[in-house]
Amino acid sequence: MLRKSQKFASVLALLAALGLATSSIASGHGDEKHNNSRVPVPKHHTAKGEKCVEPTDVMRSNHMEFILHQRDKTVHQGIRTKQHSLKNCVACHADPDTKSVLKNADGSEGFCAECHSYTAVKIDCFGCHTDKANSNKQTMRPIDDIGRKVIANTGGAK
Amino acid sequence: MTVSRREFLSIGAAATAGAAIAPGISLIDLAQAKSPEEAVTAAQRWGLLIDTNKCNKGCTACVDACHTENGIDHEQLKGSEATKPHWIRKVEVKDPNTGFEHSLPVMCQHCQEPPCVDVCPTGASFKRDDGIVLVDRHICIGCRYCMMACPYKARSFEHEDITDQKEHAPRGKGTVESCTLCVHKVDRGDGTTACAEACEEEGHRAILFGDLNDPKSEIARTVRAKATRRIREDLNLDNSVRYIGI
Amino acid sequence: MKKAIHFRMIEGSSLGYGALLAVFGAMIALGLGATYYMEHNGHWVTGMTNKVIWGTPHVFAVFLIVAASGALNVASIASAFNRAAYKPMARLSALLAITLLVGGLAVLVLDLGRPDRLIVAMTYYNFKSIFAWNIYLYTGFMAIVGIYIWVMMDNSVRKYYKAAGIAAFIWRLALTTGTGSIFGFLVARQAYDAAIMAPMFIIMSFSFGLAVFLLVLMASMNWTGRPIGDRILNRLKNLQGVFVAAVLYFAVAYHLTNLYATEHHGIERFILVDGGIYTQLFWIGQVLVGGIIPLALLFSPLARSRAVIALAAILVIVGGMAQMYVIIIGGQAYPLVMFPGMEVSSAFQDGTVAEYSPSLPEVLLGLGGVGIALAATTFALKVLPFLPASLADADIDPHHKPEAAAETSAEAA
Repeated sequence: MLRKSQKFASVLALLAALGLATSSIASGHGDEKHNNSRVPVPKHHTAKGEKCVEPTDVMRSNHMEFILHQRDKTVHQGIRTKQHSLKNCVACHADPDTKSVLKNADGSEGFCAECHSYTAVKIDCFGCHTDKANSNKQTMRPIDDIGRKVIANTGGAK
Repeated sequence: MTVSRREFLSIGAAATAGAAIAPGISLIDLAQAKSPEEAVTAAQRWGLLIDTNKCNKGCTACVDACHTENGIDHEQLKGSEATKPHWIRKVEVKDPNTGFEHSLPVMCQHCQEPPCVDVCPTGASFKRDDGIVLVDRHICIGCRYCMMACPYKARSFEHEDITDQKEHAPRGKGTVESCTLCVHKVDRGDGTTACAEACEEEGHRAILFGDLNDPKSEIARTVRAKATRRIREDLNLDNSVRYIGI
Repeated sequence: MKKAIHFRMIEGSSLGYGALLAVFGAMIALGLGATYYMEHNGHWVTGMTNKVIWGTPHVFAVFLIVAASGALNVASIASAFNRAAYKPMARLSALLAITLLVGGLAVLVLDLGRPDRLIVAMTYYNFKSIFAWNIYLYTGFMAIVGIYIWVMMDNSVRKYYKAAGIAAFIWRLALTTGTGSIFGFLVARQAYDAAIMAPMFIIMSFSFGLAVFLLVLMASMNWTGRPIGDRILNRLKNLQGVFVAAVLYFAVAYHLTNLYATEHHGIERFILVDGGIYTQLFWIGQVLVGGIIPLALLFSPLARSRAVIALAAILVIVGGMAQMYVIIIGGQAYPLVMFPGMEVSSAFQDGTVAEYSPSLPEVLLGLGGVGIALAATTFALKVLPFLPASLADADIDPHHKPEAAAETSAEAA
């Protein structure tokens, strides 16, 4: 059995070792060229538009909140405003060639995937939501309620 | 006051024109989509009326249209037939006593007292204010209790990973799904569902979509004038989908 | 003179103990592997479909949960019903109640389509759903039985023993009612829409729980060299026999009632006559192996042999699993009746009996739950004094007369 002082010393040593290990891993805060981490720091290219629907720093910390609240409003109440709509996010942030927010044309990770890989936070959205912009051509075919002739369709086939 | 013939004719013409256009104007108001900021309300109750006398036995236009509209592709699925999702299906019914046969599409009946909503532990299965019964797949945990409870086998469980979903119809493995009454089209103001549209194109016109709460809509007028029934009416679930001829 | 009951932890240092834990550990590992396989690929790799929605994992899970509440019976008899002879077994009974429940719940959670959303299940509630109520009933049960065990072990809170016992008994009745109501509340299905489901599940819990308890008791006492007296074993055996008879009675009541109503003739015909595997499991599994044979064994002179008592308990468990299979899977295999009296067909298997056969991942997951329950029990016996030091007649029976003991032991010899 260890004496009290020996126990104390060993705990202290363990903490010190942990601290050293963590700091060596976390020291990857260099600039893009010289960072020590194994995961590339996100470059964050945006193809469309001049700015996002919210300021960048607000988006960085709160985009998940916006999406979370919007989804409840859309699904339960049918409120389909564009500002915090996921579809809208994807439409703007998709890579112009692959049309995806998960994968870019040059093989690198797409807009969403970049930061999420870096922070090791799994994205749940794209299991169900398509990660591609404009994935369907929509037909608008309003049929008059009192059975008048169908107004000619305006889009292509689905 | 005396009215000249000219005045009488012009007033009359104006009145008639107004009378002709006015219902159209009010209908256009109703048929327009609600604006995106508005929440849906119980002022509307969307429903379907299916005339089985007009439904053809071999025709699956409604099924194909629904599957195309919502990105359901049976070809890309690896599981057995029984694991493939069906939001709508054609059911052939035969009376063994008389020999009479008919065919009809069955989908989520959008009950107003839905058993699936009652049994869902997280509240993911819910009824929207305008009567459409949906699965909030963000909070669905995939327990499949709603599938056990549904009297119409309307719900399907997503057994496999899905890719290439339609933007307006997110679907994913591990959650339960069913006919959404084309809620994305309804909210957009299309005034119809994919199945109704397809049936119209085929020329059968067996499926009619509309607002049951609007007394002037074709569906409301028809169900007021003709005898219509609902599947398993004995369960008293107040389905929004009605049938003629069952 | 009242003898003090001694409880002692088991040593747990033998090779046999280690081997037992290793076996359970392997079952758990296989179960977790099966879970990963099912979750990663999707449920299409199992036998469960859009028609037979709940499969073999649920058969195991519901059995374990029902047995869990029944396992508490012995403790309830000791405390709520004041039978001193059962007191030494009360701790093991309460322990088994918790471990079996944990095993059953683990299977249910791991089978979810989105098990990563368990936290959603614990934060979003629809209180019209019996499932939502069950989440509270199950976790509350574990808390209450935990307190019950504490009260049994800690002499300083001894005075709350009776209250804890009664609370646990009432809660367990609510829990089993809730489990039976999962099925009883389903208006749509021919096999389930019956008020008798809840009380039937209560009776099944009595029988299955006691059978599991008997086996675990006999195994743990024998393998640690602790004696079980004939008197107590006799009482347990008779109790088991009564419960088996009660389960048979409820099955008879359920089917006879259904048979009276023409509306239910379809489902009854399916279960009783032409359902193939379901009919076989009903008559041979549930009625014969799970009912008539154990009844005959337990109330015959053969039951003086402990091996026969253990065999009867095993048969009750086998029959119980068969009964669960018929209820859960048979009930789903029979088609939904949307158009009564009509012949129905479709591309979505309307109007036909659904095909289902248990797949390996499902069975492994179910067995994994059993492994969790038994491993937890085995481990707990070593860590805390759950097991009585002796259940010999002389040691526990307050009215024990040595001459009577000599007679019974002479008979048994």
